[in-house]
Amino acid sequence: MADKVLMKGNEAMAEAAIMAGCRHYLGYPITPQTEIAAYMSKRMPKVGGTFLQAESEISAINMVIGVASAGKRAMTSSSSPGISLKGEGLSYLAGCDLPAFVVNVQRGGPGLGGIQPSQADYFQATRGTSHGDYHMIVLAPNSVQEMVNLTFQGFDMADKYRMTVMLLADGTMGQMMEPVSLDMGEVKSYDKPWAVTGTNCEREHNIVNSLFLKPELLEKKNFERFEKYNYIEENEALYEEYLMDDAEVCIVAYGISARIAKNAIDAARAKGIKVGMFRPITLWPFPKKEIRAIADKVNSFISVELSMGQLIEDVKLYTECTKPVYLCNRTGGMIMTPEEVLQKIEEAVGGNK
Amino acid sequence: MAVVFEKPKALTDATLHYCPGCTHGIIHRLVAEVLDELGIQGKTVGIASVGCSVMSYDYFDVDMVQAAHGRAPAVATGVKRANPENIVFTYQGDGDLAAIGTAETVHSAARGENITIIFVNNAIYGMTGGQMAPTTLPGQVTQTSPYGRDTNHVGFPLKVCELLSNVDGATYLERVAVNNVKNIKNAKKAIKKAFTYQTEGKGFTLIEVLSTCPTNWGLTPVNALKWLEENMIPYYPLGVYKDKYAEEAEK
Amino acid sequence: MTTTNMLIAGFGGQGILFTGKFLAYEGLLEGREVSWLPSYGPEMRGGTANCSVILSDIPVGSPIVSNPDTLLVMNLPSLDKYEDATVAGGKIFVDSALIGRKVNRTDVEAYYIPATKLASDEGLTGLANMILLGFVIKHTNVIPFENIERALQKVVPASKQHLIESNRKALELGYNYAE
Repeated sequence: MADKVLMKGNEAMAEAAIMAGCRHYLGYPITPQTEIAAYMSKRMPKVGGTFLQAESEISAINMVIGVASAGKRAMTSSSSPGISLKGEGLSYLAGCDLPAFVVNVQRGGPGLGGIQPSQADYFQATRGTSHGDYHMIVLAPNSVQEMVNLTFQGFDMADKYRMTVMLLADGTMGQMMEPVSLDMGEVKSYDKPWAVTGTNCEREHNIVNSLFLKPELLEKKNFERFEKYNYIEENEALYEEYLMDDAEVCIVAYGISARIAKNAIDAARAKGIKVGMFRPITLWPFPKKEIRAIADKVNSFISVELSMGQLIEDVKLYTECTKPVYLCNRTGGMIMTPEEVLQKIEEAVGGNK
Repeated sequence: MAVVFEKPKALTDATLHYCPGCTHGIIHRLVAEVLDELGIQGKTVGIASVGCSVMSYDYFDVDMVQAAHGRAPAVATGVKRANPENIVFTYQGDGDLAAIGTAETVHSAARGENITIIFVNNAIYGMTGGQMAPTTLPGQVTQTSPYGRDTNHVGFPLKVCELLSNVDGATYLERVAVNNVKNIKNAKKAIKKAFTYQTEGKGFTLIEVLSTCPTNWGLTPVNALKWLEENMIPYYPLGVYKDKYAEEAEK
Repeated sequence: MTTTNMLIAGFGGQGILFTGKFLAYEGLLEGREVSWLPSYGPEMRGGTANCSVILSDIPVGSPIVSNPDTLLVMNLPSLDKYEDATVAGGKIFVDSALIGRKVNRTDVEAYYIPATKLASDEGLTGLANMILLGFVIKHTNVIPFENIERALQKVVPASKQHLIESNRKALELGYNYAE
């Protein structure tokens, strides 16, 4: 195994994208993800790739559509307000069944919000971001190593399922440095007979398109797409459990919140409180079956999130409201301390009695 | 039997959906003839836009992408950057190119993207039923300017070729019209030159084609052609607005 | 098993982030669990730059150090802000050339070194951070002093190798400083 190196999350993620065979980065500057563009602008010319700074987020995502239509791996990255602008393109990517890799290093909102870490784009990411019936695969790393691994894996999933994979990070994930291994293995390549590369006058023309004026046809397309989504929900859900064997309280958290919650769980365990954590790594598909099974074993859940109660809705939904779900949250760029989480754990234990 | 006239290879057999008298059909044909004559059909990728020509992906027998409203030049940029050996063109109307897609148009020109834009200007939004376009003439009556375009209230039309002629990245800009045989022949020459430039890697080319919309103008096809000549051409003069290589040749 | 939860705080431009990086690289070379997080978060207030560094023998939980066991401060606002956050029994290292007051807490160990003055006296301007760090290494077991050379080789970019010498001198000066 290759030696570990110390890298910032944003830069390690960018390097992983290059290792995954991405040679087209199209972006537009926004804090706190500019390291990605800076890194790509340096690296892409050296690996024969293209770095292009577009005139807007809208243009950047449409350039991604162009590259993806042509059958090549493409990515863009942004932060919350910029992702809103990309929303239109994300819907077209879904409608055209195109693979793409999109990074959202979340910041506080709504509006221009702030530039500090946030998880307030959970709904936006897991509910498809813009108009129409569709999903994106949403990956939520909680370490620099996962930023790398999930990026590499994400490009593969995008090609495999012909859909957008979003890496949903936050400012701390992007800015922090941790030892990381860039030993990624082989890139799997996929045939793309649908790509627009020129017919060479030898085949029917390919059309990358999301327009279906006949409702019967559009419905059929959507049904087919949701069959694919169902398959993904069955097969691609990722999660991690921490001290769940004997847990009576289950914390649900992703990304930086899960890191903070882990400290709180360790502190609670030292006090003899039986608490563990369920950490979804794919936010869509949400690991539904697994959390439903946990609901039969624990007394209560706590959703720890940097948003005003977004993740908690999925916790309630997928546990079918069988157990109380408490909320431990901060927002606007504020981050909860492990002590605040511990306090919530103690409240939950009290409430259980 | 000798064939004296046939459909260009770069057009499919699909029946065009355009209204009677609409000049989109002529422009489609001109583009297709040029692709045939340059022998580039097999390596061409077209980008359809949103508007009346949205379904041009069914008509051009080349690989096609259907782009979001106004975004065709950005999609074309991606396609071209991914596979520079492809010939890439967009086919856009005035609402798409000069209103919602102004930024994409100006910046793809500024970057000098080696793509060709076919810009069809008929001074109205056709697909949505005849609303005021960025290129609607002063005083022109549309569904959303029922008393005539009032420049004091909504300002003036955009002259795209004139505007882009100040962009250093643009290589070749020409405005043509398809209202009579002479102009149609000139239009084809311009389109052919634009695609030729692209095959030579010369950069950003845009051909603005003045076109008619008999349905939404409320005119017969013949009167529409007349209206174009009498009203549009004076406001949007035909001619070459920029040709970097002709300028260089003169020097 | 030991874990160091360090917070390094001062003004932007004092080399706060670099100091943290140096420790993180050494932690990496030792094969320990490491995290480094710059002043990115709600703690980025009051005109201070700061950086959280954790070196541990077990996987790092939260990378945000809100209650340091080792606090390095290079300006008064940072001492004012983080003194109370330091855990009982923790250590606070103060650049006494820039901070006029003493540590008020009696349940922590306080160490003082006029790092910025020493730096200018010794022709090591801009390296007060490394003088302070040398002093920290002396009074903690965060990293072994004999490992500073290899960490310097790692953290100083190839294009700036001439700076290794002065950084080493600064670390030694702090390490050998007698109060």
